[in-house]
Amino acid sequence: MVQVVAATILLGVPLRVFGLQLPEPVFAMPVVFAWAVIRPSILAPMGILIMGLFMDLFWGGSQGLWALALLIAYGILLAGRSMMAGQSRTMLWVWYGMVAGIVELSGYLFIMLDTKTMPSLPSVGWQYLATLVLFPFAYRLIDMFEDADVRFR
Amino acid sequence: MSLRDSQFGELKVPLTWTAAAALVVAAIVAAALLLTDRRETLQAEAYGAARVATDTVMAPVGEALSAPGRWTGAGIDAIRGYFFAVSENRRLKAELKEMRQWRDVALALRNENGRFRSLLGLKTDPPIPMIAARVVTDARGPFADTRIANAGREAGVHVGNPVMSEYGLVGRVIGVTGGASRVLMVTDVASRTPVMIDRTNARAILTGDGGPNPKLDYLRGQDPVREGDRILTSGDGGVVPRGLPVGFAVKGLDGKWRVVLASDKGPIDFVRILLFQDFTQVINRGELDQLEVPPPTPGPPPPVAPPTLVGPAAAPIPGAAVAAVGGAAARAATPGPAPAATTRTAAPAASANRPATPANPAARPATPSASPGTLARPPNGAAATGAATRPAAKPAAGPKPAAAAPTAPKKPPATTAGAPKKPVAAAARRDEGRSDLPREVRSQPAPSSDPPH
Repeated sequence: MVQVVAATILLGVPLRVFGLQLPEPVFAMPVVFAWAVIRPSILAPMGILIMGLFMDLFWGGSQGLWALALLIAYGILLAGRSMMAGQSRTMLWVWYGMVAGIVELSGYLFIMLDTKTMPSLPSVGWQYLATLVLFPFAYRLIDMFEDADVRFR
Repeated sequence: MSLRDSQFGELKVPLTWTAAAALVVAAIVAAALLLTDRRETLQAEAYGAARVATDTVMAPVGEALSAPGRWTGAGIDAIRGYFFAVSENRRLKAELKEMRQWRDVALALRNENGRFRSLLGLKTDPPIPMIAARVVTDARGPFADTRIANAGREAGVHVGNPVMSEYGLVGRVIGVTGGASRVLMVTDVASRTPVMIDRTNARAILTGDGGPNPKLDYLRGQDPVREGDRILTSGDGGVVPRGLPVGFAVKGLDGKWRVVLASDKGPIDFVRILLFQDFTQVINRGELDQLEVPPPTPGPPPPVAPPTLVGPAAAPIPGAAVAAVGGAAARAATPGPAPAATTRTAAPAASANRPATPANPAARPATPSASPGTLARPPNGAAATGAATRPAAKPAAGPKPAAAAPTAPKKPPATTAGAPKKPVAAAARRDEGRSDLPREVRSQPAPSSDPPH
């Protein structure tokens, strides 16, 4: 969680490389995915709530937007956890992509209802792609902790 | 005794169900926060203590984190300056040569503007103080597009202050704290900025959507915008001052008019925060409400018209029609004397204009004996007469006289052709008397204000 906060702050630096701005992925997404896949926990939703609220405050968006979108993703992952167990890396990436898409879609709908404006689809698409490439971090977390929990051996 | 050793130590709860319960609680909290959030209102009190605290903490953190980037950029600039000094010198000389010509033009225009303002008694906006600030954090997602600038309350920044880069409008301040202020970019989904198209003066609302090119919504008029038109702030509503450069119009792939922002020409690292307060913030409303309204000034008695009839009987009616129907255009063209002129001409019919008469001394010199020849010899051509007097000079029937036909019988035929020309003559005489004005300025028509939309 601390790493997610640190990465979010680091990517918030106003820096242009060759005239292009840095991407702004949802760094919390790999953690949300890994926490749901590794094992269900009471603390995980609270951690996601805190991360989401921090992102809202840091990015200056509507308060509760990212928290709710990430919690929806966590709920979907929790419900489909049994289907993901034992799947290959590629299949997990596909699952990750689907859930990341749901997160972006939820954010899109909430903002649309909140501001009565349709956000730019290309911008949402760019953020989705930037989040999609973060899957290796999620897989590494799953690899590290799934077998480490003796209760699930 | 630890929990494991107690009687609850053997208690096993289903992990998935407890996680689901925690999820529901967390989701309720998040939904409540989202529903109660009033960020889109952009009010100072809606910003909230949590945001203020975050901005206070994040400003120094962002400043420290962005320092290496700044140093690297400065180093690269120094190296580039060293190796490309000669070519840059050539380019700057050429630019300076061009700018000198523009400076001369600007000086002449400033002089001319000053004279026009003094002539019209125009009250222009006072100069706006501004402060410079550095952007220390940068959020550029599709759902939030804001920056934190390192100047806050102690520098006099207020919520609503417009923010500009060296190229154009960037956004406005939505939250202020000690040492930092949060800037909502014009590209943010919650941003709405009243703008105008420079060429046509048409109005629109610049609506951010999280993308790089905000939309032009609520465009009015026929063919109000073309590709490449310059977009400026309109100042409508008093949120931002009028005339700040915003960008250029382009047709988006979705068929909507969008704006290529001028501020995108360079990185938004340093910004200027305009300490702008619109008149609704400046005035003391309570004091205004307590002011006594002066009684209406009685107008002068209607002039006794000489019984002579000059020109066709229908001649005064067009003038009266323009005064009554197209009064706005007439006022725009000749703000000073024109309303008074039309009032005198159409005294019985357009009596609603009478209060303007006593307040305007320019109308007083106009005597019934003013000959039409005065109008025939304006100082510098007929263009100086203005729109209000033109129909009177041409008594031929047109659409406007026809529209005013019902009022024609009410008009006394005596105050006819020459009357609308008197104020022009008076204004011309007044200007003739001012030796400090050049001939061109004296004969120029008043610059028209914005056409009504």
